[in-house]
Amino acid sequence: MTAPAKFVGRSVPRLEDRPLLRGEGRFAADISFPGQWHMRVVRSPVAHGIIKSIDASAALALPGVHAVWTNADVAHIPPIPFRLTGLKTLEPYRQPVLAKDVVRYVGEPVAVIFAENAYLAEDAADLIVLDLEQRRAIMLATEEPGFYEHDRSTEAGVLQKTYGDVDAAFRNAHSIVSLELSVGRHSGVPMETRGAIARYDGEKDILEMHGAAKVPHWNRDTIAQMLGRKRESVQLFEGYVGGGFGIRGEIYPEDVLVCAATLKFRKPIKWIEDRREHLIAANHSREQFHKVRAAIDPEGIILAIDDEFFHDNGAYMRTHAATVPDLTAAMLPGPYRVPSYRAQGHIRLTNKTPCGTYRAPGRYESSFVRERLLDAIAENIGVDKIEIRRRNLIGKSAMPYKLSLETLGTHIIYDSGDYAGLLDKALHLADWENLQKQLDKRRAKGETVGCGVAMFVEKSGLGPFDTVKIEAKSDGSVEVITGVASLGQGVETAIAQICADALGVNYGNIKVIHGQTNRIDQGMGAFASRVTVMCGEAARMAAAKLRLEVLKLAAELMQSKAELLDLIDGQIVRLNSNSGPSMPLSELARQRPEGVFAEATFESKHMVYPYGVHIAAVRVDADTGGVTIERYAIAYDVGKAVNPKMIEGQIAGGLAQGVGGALLEEFLYDEAGEPLSVTFADYLMPTAREIPEISILITEDAPSPLNPLGLKGAGEGGANPVGAAIASAIDDALQRPGSVTRLPVSPQRLKAILNQGGCDGRK
Amino acid sequence: MSVKDNITLSINGRDHAIAVEPRRTLVDAIREDCGQTGTHIGCEHGICGACTVIVDGDPVRSCLMFAVQAAGKKIRTVEGLADGDTLHPMQQAFMDHHGLQCGFCTPGFLMLAVGVLEREPDISDDDLLDVLSSNLCRCTGYQNIIKAVRAAAKEMKR
Repeated sequence: MTAPAKFVGRSVPRLEDRPLLRGEGRFAADISFPGQWHMRVVRSPVAHGIIKSIDASAALALPGVHAVWTNADVAHIPPIPFRLTGLKTLEPYRQPVLAKDVVRYVGEPVAVIFAENAYLAEDAADLIVLDLEQRRAIMLATEEPGFYEHDRSTEAGVLQKTYGDVDAAFRNAHSIVSLELSVGRHSGVPMETRGAIARYDGEKDILEMHGAAKVPHWNRDTIAQMLGRKRESVQLFEGYVGGGFGIRGEIYPEDVLVCAATLKFRKPIKWIEDRREHLIAANHSREQFHKVRAAIDPEGIILAIDDEFFHDNGAYMRTHAATVPDLTAAMLPGPYRVPSYRAQGHIRLTNKTPCGTYRAPGRYESSFVRERLLDAIAENIGVDKIEIRRRNLIGKSAMPYKLSLETLGTHIIYDSGDYAGLLDKALHLADWENLQKQLDKRRAKGETVGCGVAMFVEKSGLGPFDTVKIEAKSDGSVEVITGVASLGQGVETAIAQICADALGVNYGNIKVIHGQTNRIDQGMGAFASRVTVMCGEAARMAAAKLRLEVLKLAAELMQSKAELLDLIDGQIVRLNSNSGPSMPLSELARQRPEGVFAEATFESKHMVYPYGVHIAAVRVDADTGGVTIERYAIAYDVGKAVNPKMIEGQIAGGLAQGVGGALLEEFLYDEAGEPLSVTFADYLMPTAREIPEISILITEDAPSPLNPLGLKGAGEGGANPVGAAIASAIDDALQRPGSVTRLPVSPQRLKAILNQGGCDGRK
Repeated sequence: MSVKDNITLSINGRDHAIAVEPRRTLVDAIREDCGQTGTHIGCEHGICGACTVIVDGDPVRSCLMFAVQAAGKKIRTVEGLADGDTLHPMQQAFMDHHGLQCGFCTPGFLMLAVGVLEREPDISDDDLLDVLSSNLCRCTGYQNIIKAVRAAAKEMKR
């Protein structure tokens, strides 16, 4: 019925680029309203303490300072609720918008200043006198839980995911391989800091918040609920967003504060985060410690995995609640057959910045654990690390594969995949055999070089639904209104490509709207690599519906039959071209003042599971402890690639972030809870020098059976197993299996490993 | 701190007469007082380079310079790169090589690369990599930025 794909599958230029390249993209800080006040947050300087008093008199005496709020001014606002995986037991640990009686991390908002301009607001913040009685800070999730409040300890919850008879498997095992592994605290750190600008239209009783991202509809509902307003009286607006990576766009205290303040003062309120604030206030992620064991048979076949882990969530449970530890436990088995499985995750609070999701949440961590385990099993039985993986991979014929675990409210069923097939392709891509020979030669000459491999299964396309409205306009454009969001990943282009093919127009004529709650009533937003899958299919359905509608309406005007017409390149043409003139789609729209539109909703109860292989080759400088990545190859099956160049971009960007977490980035604290990584000079993100050119192979061997285009998400596979692959490569370079047990492998840690001469952390 | 100096900033050939406190950073003046919001603020401590502009021919981090220091100097920002609808070769190369995703760091990279290549058109690949490693990008993994700048370098020499 529809013509063959003209746009899907092609690396067409991005529709987003031109305004961004010209400096015309409007980000949060670029939004201003006349008469606005600036908000500055006064943050706790101590990690744990009792608030005795807050004296704002000197601040209020500054000309141009309009008001100062403390918890007393917002006592009616409830703590920020959970968006995902909101276990009931975690609720007492939610964060208030301003600290109440106690401060629990350096950076916690204790007061806010409202002033004429941002400089003045910052001056005033310096004049706030905080009287805090310091308490002992709990800085390790692995130490005995301490006092939180009332009868609650800092162990907020324990989650368990299990199937099969794990204990029997360990009793009957040929051998048991045990490891203790940890992943350091790091996070998304987008280049644009957070920002929120609220204003109130008293005449219409509408509260607006600009600077929204990721999940505008959920945030609209939540802000309305927290402030006791009707949902219809709150509107959120997303502009250009300077990167999200999971951490941006969740509801934070500052979002609620600007909204509450604009309602109170009837002035637009603008808050823009500075970088120091960002590094101590926006969600951290990843910090976990695992004690993992595998029961294996004589061939190294896994009989069971048992993992106990300690998840450091920082000082509060934020919107993600148990999402990260839940995904850690649920996704740990990965691409391997694990007949019996048990994961027990201790969700612990510490006096550090609260945590949330970060690109491949729970999987960066569990892939590190699982792949370290596979390497250790290989070492235990004396086979190479490729062979051990082959022996344990889930076969193609076992698809769809039910894992007997749940996460994010869905049963985990790997929808499709050929894991062994992709491993072969990845080895070919990396020229594995030759690489081994070259590395052997170089090691023989005294070089410390090696390579590693890691495999993983990702998840993507989380439902439960997405709705798309599409309308043909009289100016020749087609407007596509979605309930998703764009964090810079190319949503407008990908959705336009899909619509263009289904409708029969040029993708450049399609304008994709996202992140505007006043344009569509419901939307799920952008997370869990869901947009291209869920919104993409909804868009395809809506565009196909519109096409039928267009042909039906055109048939009347063109005195023909719909089945004798087609829509090609924006022209309604007659299949028998001799029978009369064609008509532009814009002309049809002009002749239909009531509009030419369609709407469709795609629902899905299950996620779709892309999968991949990473291969890293590194050189270790034994003098400095520095690691140079010499080569990196990634093979990733996304089911169907809508825009290969954009997918490569996602993979390369994810890899860079993964490298940061593997080698460089870590939020460090001193014993008293003082954060030590508060500038870009302390928190080291990779630069162009650290990230090598990579070989990327995108495959379409396993289209998802759960949507007609076969789509799977591509946002997180670049980051997922990077820590694992690099750890494996460093082990190989040192010719010391199991030497890396902790990420990031900073030069200091690598020097310590080199100096030890032994295998640190291995049982 | 509220005593203000009257200064004139010349941005992309246009004069902006503004009154600023001595402590006002150049980037705040460019963005807030002159309304040129294409220049972005990423860290305010001179590491990320998102705020890079060209001042009298040199790429400069405008968060580390006071507005009063730039008075009388020729400032170029991302808004001045294109010639009407025609993109500067550097902008075009970033588009062609998918050298941007969220686009927040892009103006800084564009001004850094243009500033350096105008001064040193025959810069070696390795020196160019050094220059580009002075700015941070969180989306692309850098390789497409490097490719774009190398392609634009050839184009700019024509």
